Amino acid sequence: MNTPLVRMHGIHKSFGPVKVLEGVDFELLPGEVHALMGENGAGKSTLMKILTGIHAPDAGGIEVDGRAVAIATPADAEKYGIAIIHQELNLIPSLSVADNLFLGREVHRFGLLDRRAMKRRATEWLARVGMERLDPGMLIERLSVGQQQMVEIARALGQEARVLIMDEPTAALTEHETATLFKLIRELREQGKGIVYVSHRMEEIFAICDRISVLRDGQFVGTRPVPGLGFDEVVKMMVGRTLDARYPVRTPKIGEVRLKAEHIGGGPVHDVSFELHAGEVLGVAGLLGAGRTELARLIFGLDRLSSGKVTLDGIEVTPRSPSEAIRAGFGFVTEDRKAQGLVLDLSLRENVSLPRVPARAGLVDRAAETKQTRGLIDALKIRTRDMELEARSLSGGNQQKVVLAKWLALKPRVLILDEPTRGVDVGGKAEIYHIINQLAEQGVAILMISSELPEVLAMSDRILVMHEGHATALLDAHGATQEAVMTAATGGK
Amino acid sequence: MTLHFDRSRAITLLQRLGSVIGLVLLFVVLSIMSPDFLTTDNLLTVLRQVSINALIAFGMTFVILAGGIDLSVGAILALTGAVTAGLMAAGHGMLLSAGAGLALGLLLGIVNGALVSWGRVAPFIATLGTMTLLRGLTLSYTQGSPIPVTNSGFALIGGGYVAHLIPLPVIWMFAAFLVCGFLLRGTVFGRHVVAIGGNEEAARLSGVRISPMKLAIYGLSGLLSACAGIVLTSRLYSAQATAGAGYELDAIAAVVLGGTSLSGGRGWLFGTLVGALLIGFLNNGLNLLGVSSFYQQVVKGIVILIAVLLDRRQ
Repeated sequence: MNTPLVRMHGIHKSFGPVKVLEGVDFELLPGEVHALMGENGAGKSTLMKILTGIHAPDAGGIEVDGRAVAIATPADAEKYGIAIIHQELNLIPSLSVADNLFLGREVHRFGLLDRRAMKRRATEWLARVGMERLDPGMLIERLSVGQQQMVEIARALGQEARVLIMDEPTAALTEHETATLFKLIRELREQGKGIVYVSHRMEEIFAICDRISVLRDGQFVGTRPVPGLGFDEVVKMMVGRTLDARYPVRTPKIGEVRLKAEHIGGGPVHDVSFELHAGEVLGVAGLLGAGRTELARLIFGLDRLSSGKVTLDGIEVTPRSPSEAIRAGFGFVTEDRKAQGLVLDLSLRENVSLPRVPARAGLVDRAAETKQTRGLIDALKIRTRDMELEARSLSGGNQQKVVLAKWLALKPRVLILDEPTRGVDVGGKAEIYHIINQLAEQGVAILMISSELPEVLAMSDRILVMHEGHATALLDAHGATQEAVMTAATGGK
Repeated sequence: MTLHFDRSRAITLLQRLGSVIGLVLLFVVLSIMSPDFLTTDNLLTVLRQVSINALIAFGMTFVILAGGIDLSVGAILALTGAVTAGLMAAGHGMLLSAGAGLALGLLLGIVNGALVSWGRVAPFIATLGTMTLLRGLTLSYTQGSPIPVTNSGFALIGGGYVAHLIPLPVIWMFAAFLVCGFLLRGTVFGRHVVAIGGNEEAARLSGVRISPMKLAIYGLSGLLSACAGIVLTSRLYSAQATAGAGYELDAIAAVVLGGTSLSGGRGWLFGTLVGALLIGFLNNGLNLLGVSSFYQQVVKGIVILIAVLLDRRQ
């Protein structure tokens, strides 16, 4: 247990004159789950890219099993048994499980694929992650995200990885899949593997990790054993100060009924009805696949309704396209800001004004646009030097604020938020909660979908719980418990 | 971190300026190597030759920026040219004939847009189909033989001069450049074109109406191809069914050389103008230097490959 599997010491890395890592130490013991934490931009991913041979450090050394090694390419990392499980999984959807497991190292005889041998070995590899019942001939695209992740872990283990780096592994998993993953992680720990666990999810880290290392602005803040460690202390290490409160308090000023959704159906959603008042935050909870995002898409006119109608301030609107929804007064902050929320190549300014470009007779009014963007940057505390920077260059939290800014520019009457704080660091989350509260206080009706139960409970006035496309409960958030929400979300009574 | 991205911005700028630097270098080299190059006559001749490709390439820039491709431009050029010439041969006036040609180009472009948006056909396949179809229509309309133009007023469009010096097509080219440049940079339409190419889903969710936009984008490309068709027909005094064969590739080359990304969302119109000029002057220089036409193709191909490789550097 004494010789670390991996020891990185004094790692420095700069991109041009910007120092991304300044003397970072990191050590991973055999049989350890080690959380790597820090706000977005703290240098976690750069550190892991150095460990996996994607970037070369400017200074500092890496030891594997106590011996100094040079990891210059991803192939070197593989040689030393270091594997990374990416947040965006690296599998080819149109190929089978076995094809993916052996991609690039196919078993062959005289250039002919030995499918039988691969299938047999695939089953062995899958058994190591408890997936022996999965057919290796199944196409990846037919698997759930959780299963795909298991396949990726199986591939890493099959390649004799002893160090597994997991980047936000539970971001797209259901509760059940998360539990399965944690069970596997514990088994791997028993087998003496080392696991680097990169995540923002505090509850998970306290549940599964043995030690926590924190980076802040490229500096190594420290490593602490989890037992006896307080949540507040970790936050303080990450942001350098104590946050006032994790969820800011809002005095609800609930107004008239603003949005009335009646018998909404379409796709996986069946007959969902609810009312949303001005100034109210209605949380939507449920497991992955419960139809929450689909419900939002139906209301926003993105997908076709098979039944139901939408009434806004007493007038039936039932949008048939996003542009109709926007004209009616809806805004929609989507779940996946990179794929759906932003045009990454466009500037911050152009992204903010995309739903409605300030213009006269089709001609862009640059002065008005600049002024509007400046105002929103200030109001939402978007940290950037320059509104002409591409959206791609902003941190996750700032990108999410740009998506919010986009809709605030339209002064929506109803704002739909789908996982508004996913992938956003602790400080950024608190700021987004503040913005949500401010909007509600200004009378905006907010429909907030979230998979983080503490967030739903703390931020909402009422909670709509969905299960398999149906609304199973409508709870008053004050007094509701995680258990009550989970019971409804799993279809229990 | 931040500078890392400034660096990518600098690379983008360099890539964009790359085509300009390339054009300047080519200019200097050709001026030194051939005494006939740097003469008013030669330069204006090249500009006139470039104008046809440039007109088409401006439309192509919008299509490519929006993440599409239009292979039917050369075929639209041929059909609109033939219809314009045919109407005049049937005794109609020049304005009506040219107007009909332009309207037809616009309409054919809109058909492309409809196939791509409503029909959900991949742009490459949709416009490959219309390209083949329109070629066939042109051949049957002209019965394979050129339609001569006798209207002397019409002949001025492509053959006339301003102040006995500057060919009219060059004026059309710069006028189209200014209008299209303004359309791209100064209007909501242009903003939405780039947004669609950058991330169609995000644009749709922001309320950009994708289908009408695509009709307009491909319509614009068709309209500009028709403009090129009219200029070419006018300059040649006749419309030929085979006119504009391969022009789609020259136009795409000009757009890509100019630094516009083939995957959409990144690019500029000025680059396309520079790209078209680069191709024109390269052809001209190689001619002046007496390089065989076989090798000319090789050189052109190499230049395009280098440009695409630079684009991949992002």
